[in-house]
Amino acid sequence: MAPIIELKNVDFGYVPGELTLEQVDLTVASGESGCIVGPNGGGKSTLLKLLLGMLQPTRGTVRLFGLPPEEGRLRVGYMPQYHLLDRVFPITAFEVVLTGRMNSWRPLWYGRADRRAAMRALEEIGMAQLAEREFSELSGGQRQRVLIARALACEPELLLLDEPTANIDPGAEERFYALLENLRRRMTVLTVSHDLGFVNREVDSVICVNRRVVKHRAADFSAEAADAVYHHHVSLIQHDHSCFCHCGEAKHV
Amino acid sequence: MFEWWHELWMPELSFLRYALLLGILSAPVLGVIGTTVVTRRISSLAGASAHAALGGVGLALYLQRVWMWRFFSPELGAVLGALIAALVVGIVSLSASEREDTVIGVVWALGMALGLLFLDRTPGYVDWQGYLFGNILLLSSTELYLTLALDAAVLLPLGLFYNRLLAVSFDATFAQLRGVRATAIYLAVLALTALTIVLLMNVVGIILVIAMITLPAATSGFFARHLWSMMALSGILSAVFMVGGLLLSYFCRVPSGPAIVVLAGVVYLLAMTVRRKRRS
Repeated sequence: MAPIIELKNVDFGYVPGELTLEQVDLTVASGESGCIVGPNGGGKSTLLKLLLGMLQPTRGTVRLFGLPPEEGRLRVGYMPQYHLLDRVFPITAFEVVLTGRMNSWRPLWYGRADRRAAMRALEEIGMAQLAEREFSELSGGQRQRVLIARALACEPELLLLDEPTANIDPGAEERFYALLENLRRRMTVLTVSHDLGFVNREVDSVICVNRRVVKHRAADFSAEAADAVYHHHVSLIQHDHSCFCHCGEAKHV
Repeated sequence: MFEWWHELWMPELSFLRYALLLGILSAPVLGVIGTTVVTRRISSLAGASAHAALGGVGLALYLQRVWMWRFFSPELGAVLGALIAALVVGIVSLSASEREDTVIGVVWALGMALGLLFLDRTPGYVDWQGYLFGNILLLSSTELYLTLALDAAVLLPLGLFYNRLLAVSFDATFAQLRGVRATAIYLAVLALTALTIVLLMNVVGIILVIAMITLPAATSGFFARHLWSMMALSGILSAVFMVGGLLLSYFCRVPSGPAIVVLAGVVYLLAMTVRRKRRS
């Protein structure tokens, strides 16, 4: 079975002669859950855009489900950070989730199956009772969950979450982790996070991005408590020098 | 008491009736295009397009009178100017290689300056103020047919692509990932916006047209929960503003363009004070 994500020898630079990502080799297998970490400006967002075919690599190849990203991305549920979206756009939570049912080949109007799938996604994240609420009236955490529901409504094989915990209050965070663990049983979940505590939560691998990309097995990376993460970074220097430049900087963010 | 009603039907007031009808018939276009412009935050792009229309008007009058190109009407010139400006700014903003607001400012001023240069070199009397501030005396039944055609050109695709327009307007990146052709939709919106601008040029003028596109939509945005209801309400509001402003202008003997825009602006400000939406 082809890996879900396969980057081979990928270089990317926004300006000629200045590489944002260099010599990236990365494979993610089906069912593998991972966490993408790295400092700001290290290339996390660029890596996501390459994966989704929104940017073309300067060199090398990107494959999603063994396909070019433009085709493979229809099997991806992508969740952006909610604050990048228009706050005052006239749209209800349910309508937002319905846009996840959009597809290049589907008919122009949503059918009953689409509405049911959208409602199911809202139920799954515990937001069904707020379906008819306006998106702009929701709290930050609620909006973020609606965007997860939208990604789920795509019925994806790969769920790609960009900073899902950045704006969630601590109480909601616990529920969110529980939801994620649930989802990991059904699909491949990749999370981009600044939150190193996140790394400890039952992921299979940690993908460190700082111009270069290094993937670790989470077993080598995990720590019992959040504050232990710091020490782990120190120990990581000893056994893997290359990791320091990636993960070591992430703790400052 | 109903004298004004009879006065409206006097034969010499046909231009006023055209203007009133145009105000009502253009409601669908203004509702849809205005809402799209406001929610996608391209009102300054629309402003640049409107001002560039004057460049086209100037070119057309010059060609008509100096080169005797009779077919090249000011309206045709305005369509060309507005379309080219909207597409230039739109394509530049898509490629994101230049600062968008700078490009908008350049196109805005350049279009206007070119228009004034052409008008200066055009022999004979030119009512350039009419293009800038509106002149409903120029209206004829042709404008009404064009309005109906533009209604169809906006409503038919909307009926088919509403869900795609909604997805793209709310989150263009996500919609693109789902296979929606965001760029094509964006360029279609720009082209229809340019046509709407020219349609309203004779009623409110190039300078004020941007207000007529954005104010009804922005007012209705305070109250609407859905994109479609924002479009519907803003269409109704635009008809109310046009008809109200025109009647005001005729019976108070003030210019029509400013009367319409002042009415729309006052209602917008009132709506802002009673707005229902929380906006922090």
